[in-house]
Amino acid sequence: MTPEYTSTELLAHVAAGLLEDNSSVFVGTGLPVIAAMLAQRTSAPNLLLIFEAGGIGPQVPVLPISVGDSRTFYRAVSASSMHDVMSASQAGYLDYGFLGAAQIDAYGNLNTTVIGEWERPKVRFPGSGGANDVGSLCWRTIIVMRQDPVRFVETLDFLTTPGYLDGPGARERVGLPAGTGPYRVITQLGLYGFHERLKRMQLLAVHPGVSVEDVVEATGFELIIPDEVATTIPPPRAVLDTMRDIDPTGMVIGR
Amino acid sequence: MNVLQEGYGTLVGWSDPDRHRAWVAEHKSRALKDKRTTVEEAIGEYVADGSLIALGGFGHIRVSMAALYEIIRQRKRDLTLCGKTAVHDCDLLVAAGCVNRIEVAYAFGHELRGLSPASRRAAESGRCEVVAEISNAGYQWRFLAAAMGLPFIPTRVMLGTDTLQRSSAKVVEDPFTGKPICLVPACYPDAVLMHVHRCDKYGNAQIDGIIVEDFELARAARRLLITTEEIIPDSAIRESPQDTVIPYYLVDAVTEVKHGAHPTLMPGRYYFDEQHISEWLRLSKTDEGVVEYFDRYVHGVESFAAYLDLIGGEAQLEHLRQVEHLEAPLEAPWLEEKRR
Repeated sequence: MTPEYTSTELLAHVAAGLLEDNSSVFVGTGLPVIAAMLAQRTSAPNLLLIFEAGGIGPQVPVLPISVGDSRTFYRAVSASSMHDVMSASQAGYLDYGFLGAAQIDAYGNLNTTVIGEWERPKVRFPGSGGANDVGSLCWRTIIVMRQDPVRFVETLDFLTTPGYLDGPGARERVGLPAGTGPYRVITQLGLYGFHERLKRMQLLAVHPGVSVEDVVEATGFELIIPDEVATTIPPPRAVLDTMRDIDPTGMVIGR
Repeated sequence: MNVLQEGYGTLVGWSDPDRHRAWVAEHKSRALKDKRTTVEEAIGEYVADGSLIALGGFGHIRVSMAALYEIIRQRKRDLTLCGKTAVHDCDLLVAAGCVNRIEVAYAFGHELRGLSPASRRAAESGRCEVVAEISNAGYQWRFLAAAMGLPFIPTRVMLGTDTLQRSSAKVVEDPFTGKPICLVPACYPDAVLMHVHRCDKYGNAQIDGIIVEDFELARAARRLLITTEEIIPDSAIRESPQDTVIPYYLVDAVTEVKHGAHPTLMPGRYYFDEQHISEWLRLSKTDEGVVEYFDRYVHGVESFAAYLDLIGGEAQLEHLRQVEHLEAPLEAPWLEEKRR
């Protein structure tokens, strides 16, 4: 029997499964930390976690509140600096980047800056932080966020972090490192990738109980729907227990 | 070089490198002298109304709160803040009305705790003006350019985005590869406040754990004010010079303030005071609450020691030490509110 799980636990489980062992991941605040920690404790024991404030290769004991928290360099191989980790990213050492966002478009461009006009924002978000750097410099960027038509939009209010910009070849044309870009998007409804040639978002899998229609309804742009759509595998009991160890207070996964 | 694009954000803190060199030659003493002073005097002398300021650490990690509270206490005005991953520091300075302009890499947020009610209100109402956007790497490389005495640093971030459009960076054609490259301008803050684990009376300072961008920021600062958990003898510095992050000639003032980063996290010493931060997040939902908070914890206390008594004294500080060392569980009242 499948144990009960929350959508956040499912997201973290699916995200963790994308991270290969012996690769490096640039980890952002919140769910990305849980996913990276989960991967390290299950399928990818030699996953190299890197945090923007300078934590390199930690064995994070418990969910940190901040990406500069002492937990981000607990039993680490190095307690370094932002210059060091950003330079390593720019030089090509970071396989995966892990981001959240307030808005995303079909090319995987992200907004974490404002809703409304920049001069007179309806809602002011924190801005790029390290997101633009991660999305610019890591080989493959994974985005974890909630999906609805207000967040999955045709046109962003502000393009904070580059996805494939306006299509194939655009990243290279503006001078971003060649061969980089968004790789996967994970939401409470499903898992997405980007079309090899068109660089537009395409559905890869839906979560158990979710239909392709649900996905289309929650998307404000035209999504590529392939003939074959897989269904994700829910987290087994042992994985749920591990997540509870990682986030005992339920800060991200809830209670 | 062929300029391909110019961001139209306001350029803050830039200086022609020769002008900065001349300023350094005139104003930064290379004398090995005792720089110990009080926070009150240091802020009074080096933080003028209208200056560009930056705080060391990481927004709510290793922030010189003792110096920050003093800025609020002295009611400094019209400051511009380097929002280089600004969290609790930005929130308080904006809410107090000290900072009314900010260049934003990260601001108005509290990471996992959510958005910052007070500073976000100020940004959305126009009380605090965002003068430019940038990324975290971009900001830290602005300080690196300044630290190196260069006009700019070439980078491969921000390209193709609105972040670049709203920044003070320029895109040029790189003469080596022929590809577009983003140049971030040097940034020399007028005053930088930094909290460290230990330093000597001359300002030779050591930091435990991650340095974040304090290596670069200390070297970019025109005036560098250090608060420290402890002042140690010069001989102790000389016994482990490899641990010195900041040499004395960069430093203008030194003050010993034990627990001077409270309620922010001091790596290896004490964890975030989530009880206290929760109180701020709750009170700062209204302008009246903001006044109440500052009256109680800043204007209403005579010294930093009196402030520490108010937040729970020795018992609470011991608890924070235990949480930092994973000897006691984390309790965060804001979590209950978030779950509702």
